Amino acid sequence: MRPGLLTTVQDHGRHGHQHLGLCPGGAMDPVSLTLANVLVGNAPDDAALEITILGPELVFEEDTLVALSGAEFPGGFPRHRPVLIAAGTKLAIGRAQRGARGYLAVAGGFALEPVLGSRATYLPGRFGGFHGRSLRRGDLLPLRGDVAALSKERFLRLKRGKGRTVRWLVAPLTLPEHEPVVLHAIEGPHCASFDAASQRAFFDATWKIAPESNRMGFRLSGPALVRADGGEILSGPTCLGTVQVPASGAPIALMADHQTTGGYPRIAEIATADVPRLAQIAPGGTVRFARCDLKTAVDLRRDLKARLAPALRAIGWEYGG
Amino acid sequence: MKPRLLAVVPLGDCGAYVEFSRTLDLEINAFVQRLGAALEADTPPLLRDIVPAFGGLALHFAPEFDGDVLEAARELVERRLKAGVPAAKGAGRLVEVPVCYEPQFALDLKEVSESRNISGEELAALHCAREYRVLMVGFAPGHGYLWGLDPKIAVPRRANPRAEVPAGSVAIANEQTVVYPYAISGGWSVIGRTPLRIFDAARAEPSLFLAGDRVRFHAIDAAEFRRQSEAPA
Repeated sequence: MRPGLLTTVQDHGRHGHQHLGLCPGGAMDPVSLTLANVLVGNAPDDAALEITILGPELVFEEDTLVALSGAEFPGGFPRHRPVLIAAGTKLAIGRAQRGARGYLAVAGGFALEPVLGSRATYLPGRFGGFHGRSLRRGDLLPLRGDVAALSKERFLRLKRGKGRTVRWLVAPLTLPEHEPVVLHAIEGPHCASFDAASQRAFFDATWKIAPESNRMGFRLSGPALVRADGGEILSGPTCLGTVQVPASGAPIALMADHQTTGGYPRIAEIATADVPRLAQIAPGGTVRFARCDLKTAVDLRRDLKARLAPALRAIGWEYGG
Repeated sequence: MKPRLLAVVPLGDCGAYVEFSRTLDLEINAFVQRLGAALEADTPPLLRDIVPAFGGLALHFAPEFDGDVLEAARELVERRLKAGVPAAKGAGRLVEVPVCYEPQFALDLKEVSESRNISGEELAALHCAREYRVLMVGFAPGHGYLWGLDPKIAVPRRANPRAEVPAGSVAIANEQTVVYPYAISGGWSVIGRTPLRIFDAARAEPSLFLAGDRVRFHAIDAAEFRRQSEAPA
């Protein structure tokens, strides 16, 4: 039916190809993708739909067990829990009210061929996922041949299934509470090459996510950052969460489909654990950066894992595991 | 000369950059590529990517890696350095790239050749005369940083980058030349286009260029370009 603003198939990405210039890609918010998958009994890294801000309208041709996690959309559709959708049902997802990216997982995942080890859609290269592109009106997404039987079998395994869903839910872990959203970041390799005012401004200012942000990078608008030493920088490796500053002075945070190397100075690197929280902020939303050391960034990563683990265990228990 | 490990610095909280040189040094660049290849042969399970760059190696770990990333990277590299990094085997792979330098593809050829006081044909001939080395593959899939441009045709980056440069465009700036894998924005001067696909996920070796390759360009006409064309529209 309607495709929504940008709906793509994503999983946890393709790894081991950065020496060829290919970024890992995959879900912008892998935490919510994991929850959606596990809620329907899938492996955490199965492919699901990443729904960006404005959701699609979908019709299910067969009985299908689904879960919608991540961003919260209006309407009566039960969120953050498994729902058995009857064949012929139309699901209209609408516009996100909280968060920016929803993940819709279906039992058994999508019957799409992996490309370089992943079903993630890589838009710039036009490969992976559903024909390497975002969904359009009329697309027929292939599910597993036995999806109806698999969905029913899994739903019956749920200890507390009621009607077509359950009465419990798994709280989202990455949705913004209030703005500006505080993100932790370590100093990047070129932080000291910016003038003192710019170094302060980066960690003091409130930054707005600019409209021209996408899966490759989020552009941040705020005070212009100026380098004290304007020397050329040898292009070097970047990573998920790198904040680079082109000559314009407006920083860019590198997201899932980021470039693998770059020649712009890198002022900061956002803690890996906080990147999914950034992914849940739509253009117009605001963030602030809290300076942290490497140890804190690593602790945040452990802390996120420690919060995700009990949720995954609880879902496993509901499925009789 | 044995390159010395200068520093191991964080690359976010899941990666490390192992640095051997802060400037462009061809010998160290070649060493870093051999070190990367030697490490590839025996990678620990949560080390996802080994990326040779101009003067160092990026090691990207999975977020599940629970140890000290900097320590793990240093230990891995030092162990390899102690065991020895194999010497170069021959001169490296040679990649031949056909390029059509005709005006419909060579968007900036006229401007560049006029600024250097040579004809378009001379510029194309100078571009084809040299052998280039792939110092690094990065930025975009298959995007190689090719070093070795004749100083006679070295021009600075364009003041106004193009919003979109067609896939396969061959461009120059400073001492380097590149081939754009996809239609992306670019600030380099476009002097031709290759019909080859630079990155094809369906190929056994998706990237046309690998770090350490030698590259030669040769001129083809528009008819030959169409015949060989496999670049995406």
